[in-house]
Amino acid sequence: MLTVTMKVNGINSRHDVPDNTLLVSFLRETMGLTGTHVGCDTSQCGACNIHLNGESVKACSILAAQAEGAEVTTIEGIANGDTLHPMQQAFHENHGLQCGFCTPGMVMSAIELVEKNKNLSERDIREGLEGNICRCTGYHNIVKSVQAAAEKMGG
Amino acid sequence: MITLAEDGKFLAGGMTLIPTLKQRLANPDRLIDLSGCALTGIEDEGQSIRIGAMSRHVDVAESAIVQKSIPAVADLASHIGDRQVRNRGTIGGSLANNDPSACYPSALLALDGTVHTQRRSIASEDYLTGMFDTDLEEDEIVIAVSLPKPEKAAYMKFPNPASRYAMVGVFVAKFSDGVKVAVTGAGEDGVFRAGNLEAALNADFDSAAIADGVISSDGLMSDIHASAEYRAHLICEMTRRAVKACR
Repeated sequence: MLTVTMKVNGINSRHDVPDNTLLVSFLRETMGLTGTHVGCDTSQCGACNIHLNGESVKACSILAAQAEGAEVTTIEGIANGDTLHPMQQAFHENHGLQCGFCTPGMVMSAIELVEKNKNLSERDIREGLEGNICRCTGYHNIVKSVQAAAEKMGG
Repeated sequence: MITLAEDGKFLAGGMTLIPTLKQRLANPDRLIDLSGCALTGIEDEGQSIRIGAMSRHVDVAESAIVQKSIPAVADLASHIGDRQVRNRGTIGGSLANNDPSACYPSALLALDGTVHTQRRSIASEDYLTGMFDTDLEEDEIVIAVSLPKPEKAAYMKFPNPASRYAMVGVFVAKFSDGVKVAVTGAGEDGVFRAGNLEAALNADFDSAAIADGVISSDGLMSDIHASAEYRAHLICEMTRRAVKACR
């Protein structure tokens, strides 16, 4: 066992976990934040994307111990009370999801993409979401959602 | 510290090692995280650039020094995996793993770079010893990599559409004393220099100088993604595209 300390969605968290605990298990099982999903569990699908110190990463491919002292943001941490994050709102308005399984990862990935890049073209968005797999939508409405959110977020 | 661990492993960005552990393909008794070892930083050293081993792919892709000195390397780094992988994976980790389909080994070899460890500097030809194999000792850590600046260079890869690893990747580097061509993703022994292509380009540095069939399928990988013959074809085509893209 080891003690892991990190700030998750603005709240300081400290837990004893087995050494080989993955960050995604720490979030889902230890902290009960099940919005972050495990899809492929092989670093391909991006359903487990979260922000680690402001950068999107695959929580299934990082040990909780590697996030010691880090600031972590999950899908649960981006809305402002009852007001959805502009990216969440855009997915809602543009039908950017069907089953919703990939959505938390898509939203976290897209937020970083828009925050780091201005004037994204459709191609930039499609390339930027390469690490996120959706099996329902065919991606068109996801791209539309990101474009709409980018306008609202000043991208 | 590694000597205290019977079967310890060094952990860089973890983009290969963590999935390997999850599949129980490796079972080290201890992991030593190198992220706190101050192995980052990218420096212009005149004739070459020196990249700290723990520089992530995103750091290399966005480095003004790399973009200016060897834009082909910045371009290569910007197309490894996906954004999430580039936010974690490192040049040192990639070169220590020497995956036969990884991008970086081709840049190291074509640029005739040098791998620096805590006790010595290793020339690329000596360092890359085969598929998933390097000259590193068990307790040896890559500290940094030096890459000489070419006159011009380009990297072209034909990515596997699912994994985005190179099914074939070709790094072409033109120096004042000749052209070097390194091929990844194709060789049964990992990355290799393509002498035939170098000879053709030394005679005439033009994409038209690469004739179909100049690369034999002998010694190339054949798997569900591509036959050895198809890989041989792709090597020629990626080389032509790299020559056209050289800058």
